[in-house]
Amino acid sequence: MPRVRVGLFVTCLVDLMRPRIGFATLKLLESAGCEVIVPDTQTCCGQPAWNSGDAPGAMALAKKTIAEFEGFEYVVVPSGSCGEHIRIEYPRLFADESDWRARATALASRTYELTDFLATVLKVDSVPGDHEGTVTYHDSCSGLRGLGVKEQPRSLLAKMKGVSLKEMNGCEECCGFGGTFSIKFGEVSAAIAERKCDNVHASGAQAVVGGDLGCLLNIEGKLRRMGDDNTRVLHIAEVLAGDA
Amino acid sequence: MEIKSMHFKANASATLANVVLQGNLKNAKGKFVTKRAEAIKDLDDFEGTRDAATAIRNKVIDNLDLWLECFERKALDTGAKVLWAKDGAEVCRLVTEIARSHGVKKVTKSKSMLSEEAGLNQALEAAGIQPVETDLGEYILQVDNNEPPSHIIAPAVHKSLDDVADLFHKVHGTPRKTEIPALTREAREVLRGHFLSAEMGLSGGNFLVAETGSVALVTNEGNGRMVTTMPKVHVVITGIEKVIPTLEDLSTLMRILPRSATGQSISNYFSILTGVKKPEEHDGPEHLYFILVDSGRADVVGTDFHAMLRCIRCGACMNHCPVYQTIGGHAYGWVYPGPMGSVLTPLYAGMENSIDLPHAATLCNQCGIVCPVSIPLPDLLRKLREKQTERGLRPITERIGLRVWAWVAQRPKLYALGASLGVRYLKWLAGDTDRIRLLPTAPEWTLGRDFPAPQGKTFRALYAARQKRKGAK
Repeated sequence: MPRVRVGLFVTCLVDLMRPRIGFATLKLLESAGCEVIVPDTQTCCGQPAWNSGDAPGAMALAKKTIAEFEGFEYVVVPSGSCGEHIRIEYPRLFADESDWRARATALASRTYELTDFLATVLKVDSVPGDHEGTVTYHDSCSGLRGLGVKEQPRSLLAKMKGVSLKEMNGCEECCGFGGTFSIKFGEVSAAIAERKCDNVHASGAQAVVGGDLGCLLNIEGKLRRMGDDNTRVLHIAEVLAGDA
Repeated sequence: MEIKSMHFKANASATLANVVLQGNLKNAKGKFVTKRAEAIKDLDDFEGTRDAATAIRNKVIDNLDLWLECFERKALDTGAKVLWAKDGAEVCRLVTEIARSHGVKKVTKSKSMLSEEAGLNQALEAAGIQPVETDLGEYILQVDNNEPPSHIIAPAVHKSLDDVADLFHKVHGTPRKTEIPALTREAREVLRGHFLSAEMGLSGGNFLVAETGSVALVTNEGNGRMVTTMPKVHVVITGIEKVIPTLEDLSTLMRILPRSATGQSISNYFSILTGVKKPEEHDGPEHLYFILVDSGRADVVGTDFHAMLRCIRCGACMNHCPVYQTIGGHAYGWVYPGPMGSVLTPLYAGMENSIDLPHAATLCNQCGIVCPVSIPLPDLLRKLREKQTERGLRPITERIGLRVWAWVAQRPKLYALGASLGVRYLKWLAGDTDRIRLLPTAPEWTLGRDFPAPQGKTFRALYAARQKRKGAK
């Protein structure tokens, strides 16, 4: 079988804050038999512009991303949020530009959130890493409600012998991040995060795992401010790759 | 109602600092969510019902003028009078005129959000007419110095049992009671006299049925029936978008409204009121007036926000909103809170008066998922953000910041340089630790939490180095 050619969209947040998530994603895709290419001109998918009301900025960045990634068989993103932006919003951005809408739609149909890609498209039997301990999974909003990512990460975690999943109450509730919301309404955002952290604590898990770095930075920041230096906050890619 | 939405951020902070209120909000949060989740399970096909409800509402708002004319014709046939109000001021004028023409001194009211929009109680009081709120929640607020509602179906949800016990003890001058049934009984006893003595009843309307010229009312306390059947005059105040074509449509919508609102399969009382009292009938008003109110609605028809007119005022969006759950309804500063309020307030009360509201959401789409008429609330909030930007209503620093960022992000080399400088800066702030306690470039973040330190270098730098090593091998 020819190797699947995948373009990896790293996301601006992973690039900036947690490169290891990018490398873990690479490892997962390569060990599943993909040929992974990382276009070095990639920056941001443009979601912050779109959500802030800057449509021209969002369209310019979408065009750039489309041009960089449309040559691949698949595009994989270790984020439900950026994944949703490309898959769902890109085609909607170009209501008045039919050629770009067609290109956006074509890219959207081949773009996947990481766990969705591993579980639904590649249907992997195993994951390369191992991890020991109890984890609880935070369903990030865009992944869950935008892309239907719910069972995929759980089914992958279930393939890891050492991992025991302890579901928390309200795992589908927003953590309060919300992109620029977190810096426009910091107090409200942090108060919502506190509820999430209380649920994490009540689950008794040693680590909280999620598929979106934005949520994870928010949850980690709140846990630490609450004086919890122990609960680990991990991206699903790190866990599955055995890098955590 | 006076708009205070421009103070959203300060209001939200004050709410967070109010320990009692935070406790009350926490108690209220779970109930609505759990009950709705349970209630929709008894529908064999919730999504199908939701689609049908959405289609009914679309049918109406796509031809609103037609359906309103149908309704008006039928309502006139039943002996009702139909009046049209352009705005809140006209509502107040019309109600006052009706009251005066019938020599009314006291008006009993069941819940009407439109009367809140119009500030009707104040107008009636100014005209020497006593308005008495008879919905328990609204009554609690009225006797508490006319406090505004914090929720569209549970107006006093921000109050605890203790709050109400103290309040009734104070305003009724009775011994302090601590059981809900006893408090409810006390309110009933006070209200009974008003029901018997009011010359006019005033209600909202959940739906207007074009086929029959009826108004449908969904209530849980029975006060709605007292208000609409006992006095000689009944005035219905409702928004022009509340019309629906047929009774069949009403039955579809009623399958989904109480379930979405309170998690009930049907509300305790559900009334369909048609026309004035006929000679052979024992109850009912001799005079029935419909005041159909525009107040910004017609301007929304055919715009990017058209879908918002589908709203059936169930409150599910706010019940499920993480922001509403955290700060309650008052912080939103006008009649409608939560996601639907953050769309309606800019549309009805002015975008420039509510700059924060479209941004006061994480766009988590919990609201969009639970909305019984599939209003894409996050999309509408995002669209409002776009309109604000187009009209130059956002702070200049934000606009420039976004512009510069988007410009840089289109230039990979410059972006890479910016990212590596950014990482170095963050790393420097964190020092030897794994966290930043004060982030000068985004101080809002670190008000209530730390900012985790970056790993050290950007992915692009590390990946390029790795590729280079690979190439060298």
